[in-house]
Amino acid sequence: MAIVKVAFRALHRNKLRTVLTMLGIIIGVGAVITMVALGRGAKAQVQARIAALGQNVILIFSGSINRGGVFTGFGGAGTRTVEDALAFEKEVPGVAAVSPEVRTGGQIMAGNNNWSTSVQGEGVDYLSIRQWDLAEGAMFTEADVRSAAKVCILGKTTADKLFPDEDPLGKVIRIKNVPVTVLGVLKAKGVSMMGSDQDDLVITPYTTGMKRLAGVTTLRAINVQAESADRINDVQNGIADLLRQRHRIQPGRDDDFIMRNQQELAETQNAAAETMTALLAGIAGVSLLVGGIGIMNIMLVSVTERTREIGIRMAVGARGHDILLQFLIEAVTLSCIGGILGIGLGVGGAHLLTTIKNWATLVSPDSIFVAFVSSAAVGIFFGFYPARKASQLDPIEALRYE
Amino acid sequence: MNAVIKLQDIHKIYHTGEVDVHAVRGVSLEIFPGEFVALMGASGSGKSTMMNTLGCLDRPTRGSYLLDGIDVSQLDRDQLADIRNQKIGFVFQGFNLLSRTSALENVELPMLYTRQRLAGASQRERALKALKTVGLSDRADHTPNQLSGGQQQRVAIARGLANEPSLLLADEPTGNLDSRTSVEIMGVFQKLNDQGITIVMVTHELDIAQYTKRMVVMRDGKVVSDTPVVSRLNAEGELRRLQEQQKEAQLTS
Repeated sequence: MAIVKVAFRALHRNKLRTVLTMLGIIIGVGAVITMVALGRGAKAQVQARIAALGQNVILIFSGSINRGGVFTGFGGAGTRTVEDALAFEKEVPGVAAVSPEVRTGGQIMAGNNNWSTSVQGEGVDYLSIRQWDLAEGAMFTEADVRSAAKVCILGKTTADKLFPDEDPLGKVIRIKNVPVTVLGVLKAKGVSMMGSDQDDLVITPYTTGMKRLAGVTTLRAINVQAESADRINDVQNGIADLLRQRHRIQPGRDDDFIMRNQQELAETQNAAAETMTALLAGIAGVSLLVGGIGIMNIMLVSVTERTREIGIRMAVGARGHDILLQFLIEAVTLSCIGGILGIGLGVGGAHLLTTIKNWATLVSPDSIFVAFVSSAAVGIFFGFYPARKASQLDPIEALRYE
Repeated sequence: MNAVIKLQDIHKIYHTGEVDVHAVRGVSLEIFPGEFVALMGASGSGKSTMMNTLGCLDRPTRGSYLLDGIDVSQLDRDQLADIRNQKIGFVFQGFNLLSRTSALENVELPMLYTRQRLAGASQRERALKALKTVGLSDRADHTPNQLSGGQQQRVAIARGLANEPSLLLADEPTGNLDSRTSVEIMGVFQKLNDQGITIVMVTHELDIAQYTKRMVVMRDGKVVSDTPVVSRLNAEGELRRLQEQQKEAQLTS
């Protein structure tokens, strides 16, 4: 304990120098904490978006086909049918759930309020595929799908716009003049990766959408959920084979459908976020290293300045080991206090970025722990050489030093 | 009675560059408990080297050195550090106190490096006792820059006494002090010697050496004379004489 006291006193004597040296570590550790928090925050955001997509989801759209030399464009084939969708569920191994999808849009009325939004026709499994929970009410049933029932559930935004002051459950809204009963309201999901409000929609059974609202016979898309992430490829291949077979596409001809696996995109973004975290942490790590060099520099100066003191201590019986420990503890004390203050700075900085810039940050206990341990390690590493130099001084020379 | 210091044919050769400097050429010396020895000589006589050797700061190139019955000529750095800590108290010309550190803490310093550490309270008690011995109990909380040269040297002496060593080694202890304060410090040494503490003091001033009991003179790395002090000065008496002189001077002016 006495040796720690000695270290504190030595640091106290040169307050300005101590503070400046510490500043290197404070900034280094602070930068590491803030940058890692920023990277982690970005990653968490990406992961939240992945979760919002639903797990292991494959989307199948109509492809572009060549009709007499003219491409019809995306969705132009118009070839997705309910039968296709039902066939996946039966015939492709590894499929967990399927939801056929149609989309229309238009004015929706509820009492005196109106709102224009997209109306999605979906299967009963849609919410579980998207991992989307209801805030209140219930999802429509298989029976509703079979009977093309005039029921719907509302996205949070739509519910708020149509029913600002009352509970939408059980109320009737008019979609394109068709009266539809509200069965439930979804929980808010927020903004999508593309920047659109995912909560601004109405969901009806796909049969209702096809027959009563959109008046179409083909699907816009089919949502398919694979049983697990490693089966996504199998399922995609199975679906492709099945569709080519069902649509009688000759080998060598183009598919008349497009499959999208949004997870791939999300994973790329995730990897990008991780790279960014590593990059930011690396840059911040360099500043911590520079802080360490600052400590080494100042400790070398300190050893030179205090050569006489070292001589005195050695003359009265300090072993080399005692001197080494004294200077090492001084360096570590310097870096650890700097580390603690740096953690404060880093956490504060992350908080500030979130409040002012609205950037997502995530300060995790393990990054704090790692930052503190590395600041201590920096102290030991950069303090060791000066301390060893001090411990190896010759007492006679040291006493004579002016 | 066993000698505190027993030197047998001590040689010290410094290898500096191309020429070897033969600083000490075969010194044999015995110093017994309770002695008060002045080690004298001009600069280059080898007395500083002898001092470093006696103080276990340096090892002799040849010869044996028994300190308190322990052969210290073959010990390594750490063992020498422990010997200095336990057996030797140092007093330097330039006081060598830790600046911005209270007198009490300066006196406690050797105890910090003792292998069997005392509890904080008894450490303090011992340091206060040592300060009382040199007459500075009331200055325990003062830092060196708040003390006069004489007081600083007293603190240094108290520090030398802290671990109750067998030997007090003083290197030109009055070199930085005016003549009156020098006499005061010699008074402190005489008092300590009267209490049975063995003192070896390096000096080149003959009048300071007159306060000791034995004079060892070195020249060219050898002891050329080793004689008891015949007309020994008494520091207390000298101080009184100095005071009277001062009074007279004031009266006549």
